[in-house]
Amino acid sequence: MRDVAVIGVGIQTWGELWEKSLRDLFVESALNAMKDAGVDRIDSMYVGCMSSGLFTGQEHLASLLADYLGVNPAPAARVESACCSGGLAFRMGFMDVASGMSDIVLVGGVEKMTDVDGAAATYALATASDQEYEAYNGITFPGLYALIARAHMQKYGTTREQMAQVAVKNHENGSTNPHAQYPFKVTLEQVLNATMVADPIRLLDCSPITDGAAAAVLVPLEMAKKMSKGPVIKVAGSGHATDTIALHSRKDITFINSTAVAAEKAYKMAGVGPKDIDFAEVHDCFTIAEICVTEALGFFEKGRGGKAVEAGKTAIGGEIPVNPSGGLKAKGHPVGATGVAQIHEVVNQLRGACGKRQIKNAKRGLAQNMGGTGGSSLVHILEVV
Amino acid sequence: MLTPPKYWREIPQRYRLEAAKCAQCGKVFFPPRLICDACKGEEFETVVLPREGKIVSFTEVHTPASNFSDEAPFAVGIIDLGNELTILAQIVDCDPGEVKIGAPMRLEFRKLQKDGESGVLCYGYKAVPAR
Repeated sequence: MRDVAVIGVGIQTWGELWEKSLRDLFVESALNAMKDAGVDRIDSMYVGCMSSGLFTGQEHLASLLADYLGVNPAPAARVESACCSGGLAFRMGFMDVASGMSDIVLVGGVEKMTDVDGAAATYALATASDQEYEAYNGITFPGLYALIARAHMQKYGTTREQMAQVAVKNHENGSTNPHAQYPFKVTLEQVLNATMVADPIRLLDCSPITDGAAAAVLVPLEMAKKMSKGPVIKVAGSGHATDTIALHSRKDITFINSTAVAAEKAYKMAGVGPKDIDFAEVHDCFTIAEICVTEALGFFEKGRGGKAVEAGKTAIGGEIPVNPSGGLKAKGHPVGATGVAQIHEVVNQLRGACGKRQIKNAKRGLAQNMGGTGGSSLVHILEVV
Repeated sequence: MLTPPKYWREIPQRYRLEAAKCAQCGKVFFPPRLICDACKGEEFETVVLPREGKIVSFTEVHTPASNFSDEAPFAVGIIDLGNELTILAQIVDCDPGEVKIGAPMRLEFRKLQKDGESGVLCYGYKAVPAR
């Protein structure tokens, strides 16, 4: 297996981008990544997208996007794993380069979510749960995470305030991110008093509906050493795992086992442990998710994630900064794009290019992306070599 | 869209709570599946789930998906039926404020939704407080 490096990343400012189509969103970010990498050709491409069919009526996406990017007849594949489709695309690209099949691989993620109204978007997102035994009974994604939240509160004493603190922190971080959909700060009171979505989850505990795309260019490490103008960034570890997509089928709904298993694999490949990670971008689709994920990644013991955010351990400048980009919460969550956007932030942090939200001496970063309530998880570790 | 075949296929589970018990190791699956994840057995016998259980966790959904727009707000919970069997169901016939983790519940046959486009009336199980 060859060592692999990321040599370029691209994104645009996310939001409700009514003037931009699915294909334009993707091509814009892909071109930004290719320009950043300094490449004018690619050998293959992988696109993460959860549900272009339900959101825009468009399938057969990979070929369409390769066409509009002007790279036909390059091989292109769309991969889907709900909200971690982007992270999965990144892993597919990593495997393609590592195996020696391709030298220059573009990985991207995209979701165009505002061509349908809110209820239809909620319906589309709910297809990431078990259609026959979860969604059929009326449960939504905020509802499923509310079940996790209430069980976590009962088992570990996690509080509403601790959950709200995740939103406050991530909006603080995202307030200086030029690509964020909601680059503003929120107060604890605002989060605690926001409109109820699924008790105990309120509106400001939720990541938004977003249009957006992100992309990255992967090449063999040896090639990157010749091409990179700045720090060479190696993909040191990649882990991928699954679990039941039905939340109720799990023994402990407060622990995201697929993330724990994916992390274990990524740590092993990179030869490091949770203590060696300088910062992480994690899947905070809801505030409780970030708390559970920081436990599954081994940053904190089971049940201590809430107390950790309350104590400021996950803030920029804290013990292990989490979501310096603002996370899904402030940056936005175009589901298929999120996993690749996390890579975008990790790369820019490792380059020291994040301005006010820059983490000092960031040498090794982790990205964790998950589908549904943790039915699938991807963990990647990137480091400066 | 919920078409008649898609709905009809799940009737044994939704109406009668039919599960599959592995003939080799005895593990019970709801809904039934074709291979046992514990012993890899492929022979199953049909058994019926118990209707009594306890709440593992619950929520009240205020912003539903488009097909449940008329129902909100409604409570949903995970019910532990014992023997490592859990099920997700709406919680009805009680004040949502009185729902508690650990409370005893019973599964009953109820109407769940009316599918607008196909006109299929959808039935299934809902949890009510056990008395």
